Amino acid sequence: MSFASEIASYSGEHVVLVGASVAIAIAVGAPTAIALTRHVHTRRWVLGVVNVIQTIPSLALFGVLLPIPFVGGIGKRTAIIVLALYALLPIMRNMVVGILGIEPGVRDSALAMGMTRQQVLWRVEIPLALPTILAGLRIAIVSTIGTATVAAAIGGGGLGTFIFRGIATADLATVLAGAIPAALMAIVADEVLEWAERHYSV
Amino acid sequence: MAFVEFDHVSYRIDGRDILRDIDLQLDHNETLVLLGRSGSGKTTLLRMVNALLRPTSGDVRFDGKSVSAWDEIALRRRIGYVIQDGGLFPHITVARNVGLVPELEGWPQAKIDARMTELLQAVGLSPETYAARYPKQLSGGEKQRVGIARALAADPPLLLLDEPFAALDPVTRYDMQQHFLKLRRDFGKAALFVTHDLREALLLGSRIALLHEGRIELVGTPREFLHATSPHARDFLRTLDLETA
Repeated sequence: MSFASEIASYSGEHVVLVGASVAIAIAVGAPTAIALTRHVHTRRWVLGVVNVIQTIPSLALFGVLLPIPFVGGIGKRTAIIVLALYALLPIMRNMVVGILGIEPGVRDSALAMGMTRQQVLWRVEIPLALPTILAGLRIAIVSTIGTATVAAAIGGGGLGTFIFRGIATADLATVLAGAIPAALMAIVADEVLEWAERHYSV
Repeated sequence: MAFVEFDHVSYRIDGRDILRDIDLQLDHNETLVLLGRSGSGKTTLLRMVNALLRPTSGDVRFDGKSVSAWDEIALRRRIGYVIQDGGLFPHITVARNVGLVPELEGWPQAKIDARMTELLQAVGLSPETYAARYPKQLSGGEKQRVGIARALAADPPLLLLDEPFAALDPVTRYDMQQHFLKLRRDFGKAALFVTHDLREALLLGSRIALLHEGRIELVGTPREFLHATSPHARDFLRTLDLETA
């Protein structure tokens, strides 16, 4: 396989790793975050746990999950689970902060107009929190693009494959073949999401 | 029968009594002003009518039926609510803010537009100029006008107003008070109006209820209030002396 087509195929894997893990983090994190905006006590410890996960070094977390049956093992699945765990914090925290940051008078008015809980959520809370939510998504995606390079350590594939191979063979060009596309990917994602954030700010 | 009735209402939170044994009635087509200093419990009392708060003991009745027996949504759709900063939704236009309750009620768009136009005119805002604006493009007085138009949108028989003009400059406030009187004549609503401004209470109220530390000290017409002798009523009356001195 030529170098260029190798870059393309690992980049593709990388996108899949990031896309799948962020999608899982959204699917799990968003409903949880919405529920947490309504439960003060649960909020503190759930966000606390998610926060602790974030502080575990990624390589260690990959290592911890490896021997665990079903969720662990060598390969993409373990990598995606770990990456999703890391993406949870920015997504959930920003969603909670964004929704709780809405002016009390605005939420009161919405309730007083006779909106249902669902209507308040979809017509008022989410639209008003959207810039903050998108900022969280941006942090999640950009940092996942970076962390996903470590996934190659447990056979997760992606651009990290180049980086680990380059380190093993002390070949700078191979390291850069992984690092540069990953960096470009992060920059593009950052720009696009920043634009979206601005576009949706009130 | 009274339109809104507070029946031995008390409210207690975090070991503090906010309201103690309130008995009060609001009649149809009447503006009852709840006058009191900060922390007297007047806002708390107001928010019990549309079930944003529930009494710890006692009962609040709206249109003859206990608020706790009403479906929350149905109850709130029949009550307009205006607060100090307007509470407008910043992400939608003036037109959509005003048309929101009709929209929730499922009115056809043409009828919503007609109602929105009518109401903006009624509160003294030209629909051509204002309908497409966003709340942040409005002055404080304009926001309150939109807030009132929004509260009137689905033609609710009752308005709750929580210091709606308190943040406005004195001249704008005076204009808005006059406008409120005119709207009341034109639309004929019952209103509960919270304020800490005696002048406003005298100008707008059919009756005034004075709250102090969670109790009602007196209820009377503006004329009766001017001759009240109770200590806290006199505190308020002194503010008039100062202003005329």
